This record gives sequence, C-alpha cells and structure tokens, in this order.
Amino acid sequence: MSSAVTANGHDEAHHHGPPKGIGRWLFSTNHKDIGTMYLFFSLIMLLLGGAMAMLIRAELFMPGLQLLEPDLYNNLVTNHALIMVFGAVMPAGVGLANWMIPMMIGAPDMALPRLNNLSFWLLPMAAIMLVSSMIVPFFPFGGGAVNTGWTLYPPLSVQAGMGMDLVIFTVHILGISSILGSINIITTIVNMRAPDMTWFKLPIFVWAWLFTAFLLILILPVLAGGVTMLLFDRHFGTSFFDAAGGGDPVLFQHLFWFFGHPEVYVLLLPSIGVLGMIIPTFARKPLFGYKPLIFFMGFLAILGMVVWAHHQYTIGMSLNTTTYFMIGTILISIPVGLMLFNFMCTMWRGSMTFETPMLFAISIILMFSFAGVTGVMLAVVPADLQYHDTYFVVAHFHYALIPGSVLGLFAATFYWLPKWTGNMYDEKLGKIFFWWNVISFNITFFPQHFSGLAGMPRRIVDYSGQFVEFNVISSLGAFMFGVSHLLFAYIIIKTIRGGEKAPDKPWEGGQIGTPGLEWTVSSPPPFHTFETPPAVK
Amino acid sequence: MPLQQAAKSQLEEKKKKSRVRFLVLLAIGMFAFSFAMVPLYSWVCAVTGANSIATNASTKTSGLEERKVDAARWITVEFDATINGNLAVEFRPGTRRLKIHPGEMQKLVYHAKNLTGKEITLQAVPGITPWQATEHLHKIECFCFTQQTLKAGEEVEMPLRFYVDSDLPKQYQRMTLSYSIMNIEGVTKAPQLELK
Repeated sequence: MSSAVTANGHDEAHHHGPPKGIGRWLFSTNHKDIGTMYLFFSLIMLLLGGAMAMLIRAELFMPGLQLLEPDLYNNLVTNHALIMVFGAVMPAGVGLANWMIPMMIGAPDMALPRLNNLSFWLLPMAAIMLVSSMIVPFFPFGGGAVNTGWTLYPPLSVQAGMGMDLVIFTVHILGISSILGSINIITTIVNMRAPDMTWFKLPIFVWAWLFTAFLLILILPVLAGGVTMLLFDRHFGTSFFDAAGGGDPVLFQHLFWFFGHPEVYVLLLPSIGVLGMIIPTFARKPLFGYKPLIFFMGFLAILGMVVWAHHQYTIGMSLNTTTYFMIGTILISIPVGLMLFNFMCTMWRGSMTFETPMLFAISIILMFSFAGVTGVMLAVVPADLQYHDTYFVVAHFHYALIPGSVLGLFAATFYWLPKWTGNMYDEKLGKIFFWWNVISFNITFFPQHFSGLAGMPRRIVDYSGQFVEFNVISSLGAFMFGVSHLLFAYIIIKTIRGGEKAPDKPWEGGQIGTPGLEWTVSSPPPFHTFETPPAVK
Repeated sequence: MPLQQAAKSQLEEKKKKSRVRFLVLLAIGMFAFSFAMVPLYSWVCAVTGANSIATNASTKTSGLEERKVDAARWITVEFDATINGNLAVEFRPGTRRLKIHPGEMQKLVYHAKNLTGKEITLQAVPGITPWQATEHLHKIECFCFTQQTLKAGEEVEMPLRFYVDSDLPKQYQRMTLSYSIMNIEGVTKAPQLELK
C-alpha cells in the first residue's frame, strides 16, 4: 500500500527527522510544519476574535451603555472582522493547503519552500500590528479609535487616529503574505504533480484552492492599492477620496468591494473543496459530477469578480448600474445551488455514516443554503434598500461565513486530524462539540434576522428597547457558541497528546473517486514524503 | 539515466521560474490597476452617469421660460448647510424652512463667516432630497455658481434665487436643499461640477 514510504527508506541521506528546538519552526521549509503553524496561528486568532465578539455581545445584552465606550465598541467591531477574516479563516485555509496539497498530488514539498516560510512568518508580525491598532488610542499620541468597521470607508478612516495607519500596514503585510502563499500554491499544483496525477484526477480540494489562489492574486493588490491611497490622503495631502480636492469617497467603496466580494469566495471555496472530500468519503460514493463541480467553482470565481457593487446599492448609482449588479448577483445563486446539489446527489443512496466531519458537512449544506436564500433577498435592490446596514445583513453574512467557511474548516480538522497526529480524535467529544457548536450558532444568529427586519441598525453600540428580547437570546447563544470553541481546542490538544492509533487510512471511503495519495502514507506521515514520485493508480 | 533526470529537473525548474514570474507580474498588474481605477472611474462615471441616480443638482442658471404658478399647491422646502471636513467657517441658511407655491420665485441668503486667520476660497456644492425632485428645482441665482473668496474674519451674505416648477410630481410635498461648503485652496478645477 505505502510503496512511497518504502521508497523513501532507500534514500538514507534525506531520511531524517525534524531538526530540534525552536529552529525547527523559525527556519522551517517543511510544508507540514508550516501548515501546522498556520493552523495553530488561526486557532489562536479564532479565540482572540471570538473574545472580541463576546465583548460585543455582552455590551448588546441590554440596551444602553454598560461595558464599552462607543468608540471602543466600534473598534472591537472593526478588529473582530479583520482578525476573523485575515487572521483566522484565510490562514486556516492556507494551512490546510500547505499540509494537504503536496500530499494529495504526490509532491515532496511546496514548490517554493523558503517563500512558504516567509508567508507564514509575516502573519504573526501583522497580528501584532493589528492588535496594537486597538491599543494606541489609549495613549495620548494615538488619536481616535479605528471606528470605521472593517470596510475602512473614508472620510471617517481619513480622520481616525494612528491606529488606522497600523491597520493599513497590517493589510499590506497580510496581503503580501497571502499573495506569496497563493503564488506558491499555484506553482505547486501546476508543476509538482506526480507523473500520472492528471488534472482530472486531482482531489477536488486541490481544484478549489487553485481557483482561490487565483482570486487572491487578482483581488488583494487592489485592496492594497486602495488602502495605500487612504494612507496618502491621510498623510501626504492627496485627495483620492476627498471631495473638496476633486476626489470621490465612493471610489474607495468600489476598490474595497472589488476586493471584498471575491474575498467571500476566497473564504468559501476551500471549504467547498473540503466538503467535496468529506461527503464522498462518508457516503462511500464517488463525488457526483466531479467535472461540473470544477466548472461551477470556476464560474463562481469569475462571476464573483464582477458583482461587487451590490454592497453599495444605497450610494445612488444609476438604475442601469444597479440593475446589472442585481442580475449578476442573483445569477451567482446558480453555480452555488448546483454545487450543493452535487453534494446532495453524492449522498443519495450512499451508505452513509455520521462521524463528526460528516455531521458538519451536512449541517453546512443546510445552513449555507439558508445564507443563500437571504443573499438573494439582499441582492434585490428595492428590498436591499430596506435591509441595508441592519442586523439582517449581519445574520446573512454570519450564516454565509460561519457554515460556509469556519465550520468547513472544523470539518476538515476532524477529517484530517488522524492523518496529521497519528491518533484518532475522541468521537464522542467531537459529536458533543458539533451539536453544541451548531445549536448555539443558530441561537445566536437566527434572531438577528428578525431584529434586522424590524429595523435594528448594525455597528451601533446601543439599540432601541423594542429589540431587547432578540438581543438577549442572541447574546446568550453567543456565549454558548464562544465557549464551545474551548472544547474544540481541547479536542485538538487531546488528540495530539495521544489516543487510539489511527491507521494509514482511518476512513473507509477515503480514496473513493479521486486517488487520494494522502491516505497512502503512514499516520502521522514521515517528515519527508514522496521524495520519489509515487505511482498513481 | 541520471543525466536525463538532471536535464528534466532543470527544465522543470525553468518552467517553475516562468510561472512564478507570471504570477508576480499579475499581482503587480492588479496593484497598478487599482491606481488606474482613479481616472478610469471618473471617466466611466462622466460618460455613463453610472454613479448618479439623478442628474446632479444643477450649478448652472436655469431659464425663466414656461414658469407658471400653481397657487392651489403648497410645497415645503427646507434648507441645510454642511461644512466639509474640519473647516473653520460659519455657514448657515438665513431661513430654515419656506412654504411655497410651485412656480413662485423665492429669494433667501446663506451666511458665511471665515473664522480662520487667513484668506480662504470656498465652493458650495448643492444636493437635493428626494433625488426625484432634483430636476424640478431651478436656481436663477446661486452662490454655488461661483467660488467665494473670504478674507480673514470676513462675513458675507450669499444670495440664492430659485423656483420649483409645477411639473413636480404630486407625491412630493417636502424637499430639502442642502449645501456642502468646502475649502478648494490649491484645487485648480472646481470639484464635482458639470457632470451632466
């Protein structure tokens, strides 16, 4: 079974374990170690961003100001979003790509291992700067808080204090890190496949990441350009976004959402790839419509690039323009819906079992379609003018991003944890975590649909008395949801430290449909895998 | 055999380099694209009007032709003043609210005072809410047609003459005429003018 591993045994010079001490991590060029660091980094960021969300929900538990000053509240909203998007979800996706893509396609490592090290080590620096942006307003020289929300719209962002400069540089650094990571991933997929690993034998996760990486290269430089102009407006007297100098603040909104909307698919696609691995495994049937699914992902990526202004219906664009963006946005539901049907058809008449990853996968299909439905509601211009900037939008994008990407990453963690650590996770704890997490998620965000439709505005520290009940339910759910992630961290640590030994292929259906080379190496895999290209069946 | 392999891996390395170069150039190209958007955006908006749901509030004199007074109808026009940025000026309408008939010529003033210690040049930009009323409000004389230069501490009264035509759809009984005043020191072209 594991011919590749025995082949490695011949080459004594390269068959060594990892270096000792901190140097192993600081100077690592090993895709597995770097993947591990990415995943731990995003776990820490998840808990940090989650702690901010807890503060936000604690403040919103009751109307009036209890815990937080309005500026600090808005700063927390900004940083919660930036940390979750750039610190938790994107690095987790890159971490999975680092760990799994070389093993799936039979490559010895990433194509550019030193660049890989740089991509990772930029992240902790950026995280430190992002956290400092919250701290500087407390000092006399720091100026006002970053109270713009993650969209950083001028003119407010031009007036904010020093924290804004830190956020701008954070965005630059994170952007460079992600672009380098994407270049690495594309080059690995294109150049490093094992000889017989043809394009249409690639596991669907690899395809998903190929599209994601291209999207990242196309959109992140635009955001970097936008925030650079913001920096110029703040310090060098330019008027890119200042009406008095002939600029236009709406231009920033276009630049931001040109990045911001495809970013949603950057967060979503890796998890779609994960679902495309997990559902065939536990339904014990090859993925239904493998090639169409690839086509849908490509279509989604292209369409996702040209519909950004549906975030800006209220800025007063001409009717023709809004109509175009409305139709484009509604069209997106077609490839997304077809993807979900692919997954459902894969399960149809399969012999399914319901281990934790599969439970997450099924719940994602249910809850993500819900986000799709509210998304179509929001795409319709006359309706959106009512829903704009209400909690309905908050509920919509949390239903899109938590099931659509975060829960997908949880599913991936449970699915591959036995491979990474060599130990099976505790299935009972996994299931407890699943039900706890998913139920409390729904308690948190479902009531926000109602408070939003009733007109509760988002990003405001206080609210009117009529929304108390919804907010109390939401906050209680949020506290349960937040605490559930400590259990997640505990399960991971427990699995790393020991447990039932995992076989090379812990899931019976692991290689159904696509070759799945990751299951041909031992669990945990040796430090170096596939130094001689493996044979693909 | 090993020689062949070495040649092959050299070829692979070359391919890899050209791919990486392409991807880096793509990223740099997109960064340049974001800056190219600045002129492109103004151009697209000017040509297609994509950024405005209504025609922009006029900064030109309107004609007086076909003006008829509809004495049976009342419209409330409210006046509003906004100071752009942290400009140290005083800027307010002389009257907050007028109740008028469509077609009736109206006159009022806006007050402006320079609180800075130096001479400044100001430009006011009009906006009308609801936007559907924009094309029915005609300005005969307006301080927004020209730039105002105020000496340090100088106070001026700036005149405004306008009428609302009787074609204004019946459902609009109330509208707001709002002016934002901005410092255009060092700007050669007046902002936001003459889009349509």
